[in-house]
Amino acid sequence: MSDRLINLTLHVWRQTGPDEPGRFETYQAKDITTHMSFLEMLDVVNEGLIERGETPIVFDYDCREGICGSCGIVVNGEAHGPQRRTSTCQVHMRQFQDGDELWLEPWRASGFPIVKDLMVDRSAFDRIMQAGGYVSIRTGSAPEANELPVAKELADKAMDAAACIGCGACVAACPNASASLFTAAKVAHLSLLPQGQPERADRVRKMVAQMDAEGFGGCTNHGECEAACPKGISLDWIARMNRELVRAMVKSEKPVQARDR
Amino acid sequence: MQRSLTLHDTTIGKKVIMALSGFVIVGFTIGHFLGNLNLYLGPEALNGYAKALHDLPALVWGTRLVLLFAFGAHIASAFSLWGRNRRARGSRYKKNKDLATDYAARTMYWTGPILLLYLVYHLLHFTILPAHPGDVYRNVVEGFQNPLIAGVYIAGNVALGFHIFHGIYSAFQTLGANHPRINSYRRDLAVGIAAVITLGNLSFPITVLTGIVS
Amino acid sequence: MELRSNEPTGPIDKRWSNHKEAGKLVAPANRRKHSVIVVGSGLAGGAASASLGEMGYNVKCFCYQDSPRRAHSIAAQGGINAAKNYQNDGDSVYRLFYDTVKGGDFRSRESNVYRLAELSVEIIDQAVSQGVPFAREYGGLLANRSFGGAQVSRTFYARGQTGQQLLLGAYQALSRQIEAGTVEMFPRTEMLDLIVHDRRARGIVTRDLTTGEVSTHIADMVVLCTGGYSNVFYLSTNAKGCNATAVWRAHRRGAAFANPCYTQIHPTCIPQAGPYQSKLTLMSESLRNDGRVWVPRNKEDVTKPPEAIPEADRFYYLEERYPAFGNLVPRDVASRNALYVTNDGLGVGPEVDGERRGVYLDFKDAIERLGEQTSRERYGNLFEMFQRITGDNPYETPMRIYPATHYTMGGLWVDYNLQTTIPGLFAGGEANFSDHGANRLGASALMQGLADGYFVLPFTVGNYLGDVRNLPPLADDHPDVQAAVSAVEARIDKLMNAPYPKHPPEHYHRKLGRIIWTKCGMSRSKEGLEEALREIPELRDEFWREVKVTGSGAELNQTLERAGRVADFFELGELMCIDALDRKESCGGHFREEYQENGEALRDDENYSYVAAWDWTGNASEPQLHKEPLTFEYVKPTKRSYK
Ligand SMILES: Cc1cc2nc3c(=O)[nH]c(=O)nc-3n(C[C@H](O)[C@H](O)[C@H](O)COP(=O)(O)OP(=O)(O)OC[C@H]3O[C@@H](n4cnc5c(N)ncnc54)[C@H](O)[C@@H]3O)c2cc1C
Ligand code: HEM
Ligand code: HEM
Ligand code: SF4
Ligand code: F3S
Ligand code: FES
Repeated sequence: MSDRLINLTLHVWRQTGPDEPGRFETYQAKDITTHMSFLEMLDVVNEGLIERGETPIVFDYDCREGICGSCGIVVNGEAHGPQRRTSTCQVHMRQFQDGDELWLEPWRASGFPIVKDLMVDRSAFDRIMQAGGYVSIRTGSAPEANELPVAKELADKAMDAAACIGCGACVAACPNASASLFTAAKVAHLSLLPQGQPERADRVRKMVAQMDAEGFGGCTNHGECEAACPKGISLDWIARMNRELVRAMVKSEKPVQARDR
Repeated sequence: MQRSLTLHDTTIGKKVIMALSGFVIVGFTIGHFLGNLNLYLGPEALNGYAKALHDLPALVWGTRLVLLFAFGAHIASAFSLWGRNRRARGSRYKKNKDLATDYAARTMYWTGPILLLYLVYHLLHFTILPAHPGDVYRNVVEGFQNPLIAGVYIAGNVALGFHIFHGIYSAFQTLGANHPRINSYRRDLAVGIAAVITLGNLSFPITVLTGIVS
Repeated sequence: MELRSNEPTGPIDKRWSNHKEAGKLVAPANRRKHSVIVVGSGLAGGAASASLGEMGYNVKCFCYQDSPRRAHSIAAQGGINAAKNYQNDGDSVYRLFYDTVKGGDFRSRESNVYRLAELSVEIIDQAVSQGVPFAREYGGLLANRSFGGAQVSRTFYARGQTGQQLLLGAYQALSRQIEAGTVEMFPRTEMLDLIVHDRRARGIVTRDLTTGEVSTHIADMVVLCTGGYSNVFYLSTNAKGCNATAVWRAHRRGAAFANPCYTQIHPTCIPQAGPYQSKLTLMSESLRNDGRVWVPRNKEDVTKPPEAIPEADRFYYLEERYPAFGNLVPRDVASRNALYVTNDGLGVGPEVDGERRGVYLDFKDAIERLGEQTSRERYGNLFEMFQRITGDNPYETPMRIYPATHYTMGGLWVDYNLQTTIPGLFAGGEANFSDHGANRLGASALMQGLADGYFVLPFTVGNYLGDVRNLPPLADDHPDVQAAVSAVEARIDKLMNAPYPKHPPEHYHRKLGRIIWTKCGMSRSKEGLEEALREIPELRDEFWREVKVTGSGAELNQTLERAGRVADFFELGELMCIDALDRKESCGGHFREEYQENGEALRDDENYSYVAAWDWTGNASEPQLHKEPLTFEYVKPTKRSYK
């Protein structure tokens, strides 16, 4: 409950558009109470900028409670900042010390073009989902829910994988800017459940093809993604996705089309 | 682009190829290391072992073919992924902080090519242009008595250690060998194999340099 | 204007099926020719777009976030109700219907509520088939819990992330339709006006939030599923971006707004820590099952560390005032009592604007009784969340909680078909007023959003299109379209160029929120509301005079986005107060201090058993009231008592 007032120096990446050159601008964040969230600290800085007639720093946010996956800033080289298993909006200023110097950068990845300042375009994730991240069930044609029991262990594991919020920190943190963790989590979620079986082989092939087409790198098992993930999505799912893909490639007779971005 | 997807088109497929070929090469290095232990049994043992092998041309050429294929596939995939992964980042971070990865993983694209150079040198040195054809023991011992040559071997095998430490751990993950029961052993196994091969291989130039073997 | 609810008559359990049988259909081959705009990609909008796309309509779906997956439905934690009776505890469609009508304090439409209860069953089937990983029992069957004081266990849940999982289910279905080409998705696109032509809703004007480009989208009809308006209060459990702009613009184009004063305050949120606070975070109500709520008895103790206050000096006000229910009194009662004790100067925690607004929620006894292990299993996640935000460790010191606005029962008035008073404009999910009356039961908003999206709208949209058949084409340069575009552009211009720019929009939003929260929040009075009605227009004028937005309108400009939303909150906030002043009774979430009996809300069924639907007259301060009378054939109004 004890709060302190701290002053910080922020070096913030400013970039007016995807193809414009970017640069760091330095701002002072004064009299920040340690009870503030990181984004509230930026709100205060921004209100000051507006009062002075300058353009505020653009960053993505919505729920501010760690579930929508909108927010995401690389703070001193760490995606989402210094607190493990915590999205940027949930990081609080008590993580920092008076006089700290912070470098704020956007997610950097070719698959995530910069929109403006700290905001990036993550539509690649949507396209990976569109490629096959679903169960094709027509509205209204579903069988009675308890007809197909699902072992509790499987349901729990599926939930572990489904907890991904699609924030993209895994890509931001991966030295290869690989989207493996995100893709693997969805592949795992649906392939674990009986409802996901009919499309299992197709799904993994299509999603991986799209992941590759988006220009993300390959996974070389650095494990940075798992460490940065605010929801603790496990690396095990990447192994599982690899296995699923090989299995699908070996077993399926029907080819799947390669995809363009 | 309307064509069907093949495994090696995908980043995962390329990694699977690297893992399989990597395992083949690791397997060879283990066997190779065990054979080289004959060095400690004296010239007759090592030369006899070499001769015994060379008397089985099918085995020698079979192994060479498999190895050539494995190296080819491994290196081709490595370079294709390398380019891709570099492009995927786009702009670099000003600040970078690693939380999980380690030195070995970060340097795979250094240790790999170092190994390639080492191998070229190694083949020229012992297989293609040996100083004393037929006398493997003398080639090895005289070679390693030269500190420069021994240094190349030490450097090469240190790179090997790092490369196969991350390589083995990584290959399990790539091949989807992932189960709560075995996961805790994956890293231990990688450390174990990498340590045995590397320390064993390093022992050859070191024992020669220090005069324990002459 | 006459409000026609268009409810079917006859036995209540046959109404929906009879209605569907009597409805018009569009033949599969013709559906492609019809275009539907859906604004919103939450549970309601996402489910509707996916289902309509799948049926073959040409759908355009809009959301302001960068991905449809981020709609605020994602934040719902607790669960979703369904009358499956899997636990064999006597649940049924009728009982869920009954509970919901009663829970809404007899201010909802029976036919709608019955349909909701009926469809609840299908929602679970649908979600499970999509792969929503609901909690399961060891036998592999679906697990349930009892929620919000219900007598039966009918709540389905996926850990504390039910909303997320249900929304991802809808998002996945939507993704499938986007891939199939039946739905075109427009993320980061905000609806800024409705296009009405020939008295029908025919399109929307949008602003591309990345480029600032203003464009028009014409279709055969428009469906608004844009969520609730809790953000009128500035601080609420809603996402920062949640707004009323879409519904408010529709209101200004002729759609009646119903019951704006019905808002729900959730008792267990993390209190405000300082004036900079940007939002409030909800913690599951389940905390009240084991936690004990108290404040110090003496004002001198409010700044002491809670551990230093002896048992005798602790005021367990809920347990003392409501011995039968104790800490488990309904949401509104718990919330109001927190207000009263803090009004008496007994609030704890940091001082914000000169007040301490917080009460203790103490787990000391529970941890002793249950053991640390069990407490951790039950509440570990919530404790962690509390600690992350406040820095306090609930295992060692009591948590602090305070009520926060959480849900809005009011919304666009809709008939049984979810059509507003503008033909061709439909509203679903939290954006309409339809099913919850004056108060919403826990775990029933997810149910309503999905019922509307998956099952009601796909039918009623077809019914409308089958009825109007071929609408004449509407060109982009038609005067009706151009007028809407010019209005939007003029408004952006006005926001960008206030005559005496001083402060960013948040400044005014905070002030507005404070007025509404204190005067039209948990407890409302004639004087307070009248005061608010004087203050709001003044503040609104100040806003338009002084709001400062830097940058330009022709680029990504988050300040401009917020300014536009705040401008609409001003008008809606005023309407909330007008409605609250007009409703001279206490019911559900609307508590008027003048109308109570021993501290209990006093409903006036004789005079206020109606839906208040307000019409825009051109002057925000003088809306016109229409009444839709409510009749109760099945569930007879009763008084509630928690003493
Ligand atoms: C913290 C929290 C917890 C909750 N817990 C529960 C619970 O446990 N159980 C329960 O039943 N209910 C719960 N609720 C209530 C429930 O989550 C919501 O009522 C419901 O999800 C609303 O769904 P919706 O589809 O109507 O709106 P939303 O999900 O809010 O979606 C609104 C959509 O409209 C879009 N939009 C809005 N304005 C515009 C515009 N101008 N232009 C373009 N697009 C726009 C948004 O982008 C978004 O896609 C909770 C609510 C909150 C806030
Ligand atoms: C000759 C040149 C070589 C090059 C250029 C090279 C390069 C690489 C690269 C870039 C990787 C991927 C990095 C990663 O997954 O983190 C890799 C993986 C690997 N390498 Fe090599 N390497 C070479 C030789 C070898 C040798 C000699 C061995 C064995 C002794 C070996 C065994 C492995 C293994 C087992 C992997 C793991 C594959 C996987 O993760 O799926 N490599 N190599
Ligand atoms: C210090 C360690 C090593 C020693 C002492 C050593 C020694 C030798 C010798 C003496 C030969 C020639 C054998 C013959 O002609 O009969 C040889 C061949 C070879 N070695 Fe090594 N080696 C070492 C490490 C390695 C490593 C690490 C690799 C691979 C990564 C390797 C790969 C090879 C290959 C491919 C051949 C050729 C085999 C053939 O003729 O087909 N060696 N080595
Ligand atoms: S896997 Fe984790 S880091 Fe990646 S998108 Fe999902 S939640 Fe974010
Ligand atoms: S950090 Fe990157 S390399 Fe793989 S394990 Fe994670 S995706
Ligand atoms: S703003 Fe929603 S996760 Fe951070």
